[in-house]
Amino acid sequence: MNTVNRAMAACLLAAGLLAAPAQAEPLKVGFVYVGPIGDHGWTYQHDQGRLAVEEAFGDQVETSYVENVPEGADADRVIAQLAETGHDLIFTTSFGYMNPTIRVAELYPDVRFEHATGYKQADNVATYSARFYEGRHVAGLLAGSVTESNVIGYIASFPIPEVVRGINATFLAARSVNPDVSFKIVWVSTWFDPGKEGDAAKALIDQGADVILQHTDSPAALQVAQDRGVWAVGQASNMTAFGSDAHLVSVVNNWAAYYLRRVQSALDGSWGTSDTWGGFGADMLVLSAYNEAIPADVVEMAEAARSAIAEGSLHPFTGPIHDQEGNLLVAVGEVADDGMLLGMSVYVEGIDATLPQ
Amino acid sequence: MALRFEARGAASRAMVLGSPAIAVVLTLAASLVMFASLGTDPVRALQAFFIQPLSSERGVAELMVKATPLVLIALGLSMGFRANVWNIGAEGQLTLGALAGGGLALALYGYESPFLLPLMFVAGIAGGMAWAAIPAFLKTRFNTNEILTSLMLVYVAILLLSYLIHGPWRDPDGFNFPESRLFHDSARVPVLLQGTRLHIGWPIALAITATTWILLARHIIGFQIRVVGLAPAAASFAGFSRTRIIWTTLLAGGGAAGLAGVMEVAGPIGQIVPVISPGYGFTAIIVAFLGRLQPVGVVFAGLLMALTYLGGEYAQITMNLPNAVTGVFQGMLLFFLLASDILIRYRVRFVP
Repeated sequence: MNTVNRAMAACLLAAGLLAAPAQAEPLKVGFVYVGPIGDHGWTYQHDQGRLAVEEAFGDQVETSYVENVPEGADADRVIAQLAETGHDLIFTTSFGYMNPTIRVAELYPDVRFEHATGYKQADNVATYSARFYEGRHVAGLLAGSVTESNVIGYIASFPIPEVVRGINATFLAARSVNPDVSFKIVWVSTWFDPGKEGDAAKALIDQGADVILQHTDSPAALQVAQDRGVWAVGQASNMTAFGSDAHLVSVVNNWAAYYLRRVQSALDGSWGTSDTWGGFGADMLVLSAYNEAIPADVVEMAEAARSAIAEGSLHPFTGPIHDQEGNLLVAVGEVADDGMLLGMSVYVEGIDATLPQ
Repeated sequence: MALRFEARGAASRAMVLGSPAIAVVLTLAASLVMFASLGTDPVRALQAFFIQPLSSERGVAELMVKATPLVLIALGLSMGFRANVWNIGAEGQLTLGALAGGGLALALYGYESPFLLPLMFVAGIAGGMAWAAIPAFLKTRFNTNEILTSLMLVYVAILLLSYLIHGPWRDPDGFNFPESRLFHDSARVPVLLQGTRLHIGWPIALAITATTWILLARHIIGFQIRVVGLAPAAASFAGFSRTRIIWTTLLAGGGAAGLAGVMEVAGPIGQIVPVISPGYGFTAIIVAFLGRLQPVGVVFAGLLMALTYLGGEYAQITMNLPNAVTGVFQGMLLFFLLASDILIRYRVRFVP
């Protein structure tokens, strides 16, 4: 990941940074985090992006952050405080900051805002997110290939489109390499709770799962998988260190790729509102090293899929795809459009479970 | 050699009232050491914590916005705590208040009327009271421990919120994200000071403070609450109904928390979201004790607690201090307060 960031920073520097006139005042960039930074997970990855910005732009920028900001009445205040203290570009990094960001942005029309994972834009509010389902496609290919019990366990957080899309992407990929595979899904109603996530992993393994996937933030499931001798996939950060035998691969969120671009555009004056949804192709998702115990042909297949997705020649949601009732979601030979992906709230055919409503 | 605590004959009244001030001073002194050991300029850090948030009109308004739910809930709780009724579930009562009042706003979406907001307030109070009535009933009927029942109901309330927001109350135009639609203007708490978020909740909280003070200091019910708390046997000899006090204090606490909840969703938040309160119901317990369970004390304690949150954010933004500093700060404050309270009532003896 670091090499990618450095290479990108170098390109940016070459492209225009050096030619730009030296600025007297550094660009102040603020970040609002939903959790503590810690050493792995959602917020940690955003902070890695912030540090990459500091490293790449040096004296031209000054960054600050506020961590653990609740997604209620406090968000408006914190975002406004950043605007008030002279920040020119403010990243709000959780869905619950959407309406607060829009409200504060109205009061500070000269400040540029960027909201992660939401759907509301304004003249001074851009949105961005990553196509996490692309990573889950690769995870699904690996899981479908290495499972011996043909039961894959999935720890899910909340039944929102992001999570449902992830389950569907994983399932479709796993089925494509192993038609006998079935999914067991546990909803833990939290994004981060090591106790619950660990218990869910134990329950899934007791029911025969030998690969554990998760849409939650802690490494607890991976640690349980390591103890019980089954496989697991790391989420958001490179989680190898939490269970190196069990760890198939981690799908790593690389916000640095996006933050470097956006800070550059704010510096050279070309910043404009936009709606970015980038995956492997935009380097916003990267993979950690694969576990060496995975057979070489499986790794090769996974890598082929990853680069095909990055090039755009493969889409994880390519038809025919049906929902559980048999309704056609994506026709033969077509790919799902972004609107359908963003609102996805049904399971695809073959998942033997009911989506909680 | 051993240490022993010996009860003092009588606690000094001046010290009892002065102990929050002692605790604040000791916290400041200890935090100077903490900042210095973190390698930051302690004077600048304290300035970021306590002066910067209050250096603008907007900052003062934000302080009151943040203190409003804390003060309201702590007022209600302090009545119960005086009577030894331990309502730990204000967070759940707040949630139910927000759901009852907010649900009304969603049911009457688009309905323009000056009566809508007062109705929502009534619904919020009723929602909080209904949730607090469960532990009240269980305690008076089955002698169940209200600490457990009220706390457990917090989780039930949060799951109920989660169910509604992921299901029936989800914004129809919101891509299935778990948020309700934004309330329309008639269902929003009016802002007092243009350009800030200061809303009518703060003067309402102050009015309720005055009412609580009159009730506690001048009304028979306040006397009964105190006697039941201090001397239950004497209260029963005097014919004061313990059942009535339990019901009264729990309903008052629940109603106040419910009002705080509906004012949060109809005020600064403007919609129902999965996390309505960042733990106000629990923080208010600290506020109640910091304020000596006295209505006026609660107002100051609420403002001080709110200031630590705002200051913690400024310390992060301007000094790059970690968020944990806020927690350490609040922890030290409570620690020194409890330590002073112990030392007011007990003296330390070295026993050879």
